[in-house]
Amino acid sequence: MKYALLLYVDAKARQEATEEERREALERHGGFIALLKERDAFLGGEELGGPGEAVTLRKGSGQALRTDGPFVETVEHLGGFYLIEARDLDEAIELARACPVDIVEIRPVVEHQG
Amino acid sequence: MKAVEQAYRGQWARLLALLTAELRDLDLAEESLQDAFAAAVAAWPPVPDNPPAWLLTTARRRAVDRLRRTAVAARKLPLLVVDEPRPPEEPGPRKLPDERLRLVFTCCHPALSMEARVALTLRCVGGLTTRQTARLFLVSEATMAARLTRAKKKISQAGIPYRVPEGRELAGRRDGVLAVLYLIFTEGYAAAEGERLIRDESAGEAIALARMMAELMPADSEVRALLALMLLHHARRHARLDAGGRLVRLAEQDRSLWRHDEIAEALDLLAPALLPPVPPGPHLPGPQPPGQYLPGPYLLQAAIAAEHVSAAGAHDTDWEAIAGLYELLERLTGSAVVRLNRAVAVAEAFGPARGLELLAGLEAELPRHHLLPATRADLLSRLGRLEEAVEEYGRALELVATAPEREFLLSRRGTAIQALSG
Repeated sequence: MKYALLLYVDAKARQEATEEERREALERHGGFIALLKERDAFLGGEELGGPGEAVTLRKGSGQALRTDGPFVETVEHLGGFYLIEARDLDEAIELARACPVDIVEIRPVVEHQG
Repeated sequence: MKAVEQAYRGQWARLLALLTAELRDLDLAEESLQDAFAAAVAAWPPVPDNPPAWLLTTARRRAVDRLRRTAVAARKLPLLVVDEPRPPEEPGPRKLPDERLRLVFTCCHPALSMEARVALTLRCVGGLTTRQTARLFLVSEATMAARLTRAKKKISQAGIPYRVPEGRELAGRRDGVLAVLYLIFTEGYAAAEGERLIRDESAGEAIALARMMAELMPADSEVRALLALMLLHHARRHARLDAGGRLVRLAEQDRSLWRHDEIAEALDLLAPALLPPVPPGPHLPGPQPPGQYLPGPYLLQAAIAAEHVSAAGAHDTDWEAIAGLYELLERLTGSAVVRLNRAVAVAEAFGPARGLELLAGLEAELPRHHLLPATRADLLSRLGRLEEAVEEYGRALELVATAPEREFLLSRRGTAIQALSG
């Protein structure tokens, strides 16, 4: 089954990270990707820009509305994701445990037939 | 009708577990098995030679029918993750393989909410109907049906596997299963609200489930300890309330009302777990040399309950041993409720002042627990500090939820007020 690992990170900590900390975080993610590849589980993944760089498109009453930023103010925000292949939820949980981020939401990918 | 009922009680979980493994679809398996039992009601007697095999064959046929009917609508749910394919047909139909553990571990998977785990376990493993499950938890049948549907959908869509966890995972997941069973038990034992303190039914269901787990995991001392713990509590059910429905404290209970056969069964279950590591003595695990066998939380709780029922009378209770067991349990769990119970035991063993000391500062962790002020009130009145006691009884009365316990506290407060003025 396919799962998305949604990584929630602290907005402030991410913004204030030093060059050194950024490099270390990238290294840890490199290690995690290597583990996923070794297990044939890596399908993809990206880091996302912060909420400050986001634009939300909300379509209502015939016209598209463009708004800056997300609507919900949260300390944690979606900072990136991985797409993985796992035998079942237990394996997805096991892999997510190795992910170097404190909050990881595991979502099954809905597979549409045909 | 009787043969069908008997088969239902004895075979439901076993057959559902087997069908689920075959069909890789818990929902379909459940519906088809329900159909098969309905067919049995119409077709029996004559009762077939091998009722479980008859039911299984019928359920398989119904499943095929259902799949054919819904083929056009294309089933949208993904199939359950099942490890190895089942052998197509069992050679000796009398010996059906036992898949119930897989069913239990799937129903109690930590990815499901606690509510969902409890409901699924009662429905799928306990074999309760949706209506019965709803009644036990005081919700409408529609609410319970929706809860069960959501839970089953999550199992298949999130890829919760149909498997008994292995290795390091097993102990933690086993604890999760036991927590679900214990919750069902305590829910029945002391309903949080309402008039009846003891709802025998769900306690009985929990015991049946624990009995099944003990049969399926016979080498596991925590599983056996949980069953023993439930039996030891439940054996006192007829003595906990008096004729007027009022709560009777352990010390004042009529011990002849206890179910001594159930107590004996529980003590038998505990014997192998408690005896080997301990030099001859009572049911006390005692301090262990490092690296050796450590008692789990259910074993400690069962050992405490065993101490209580083994005493010939309330006055013969070995409170020092009980206080020691609670201390171990508190160290293991860090629980404030355990500390509260430990304080009671310490007060009995070493005097109310020592017990009172242990209660200091517990409000922070148990702000809404009526037993904290109630216990403090009891200890204070034993120390002759009656004014403080009356105040604490008042606090307890603000928090208490069940009618029998309220009445009990009122009468205790009355006694304290009388002593004050007299």
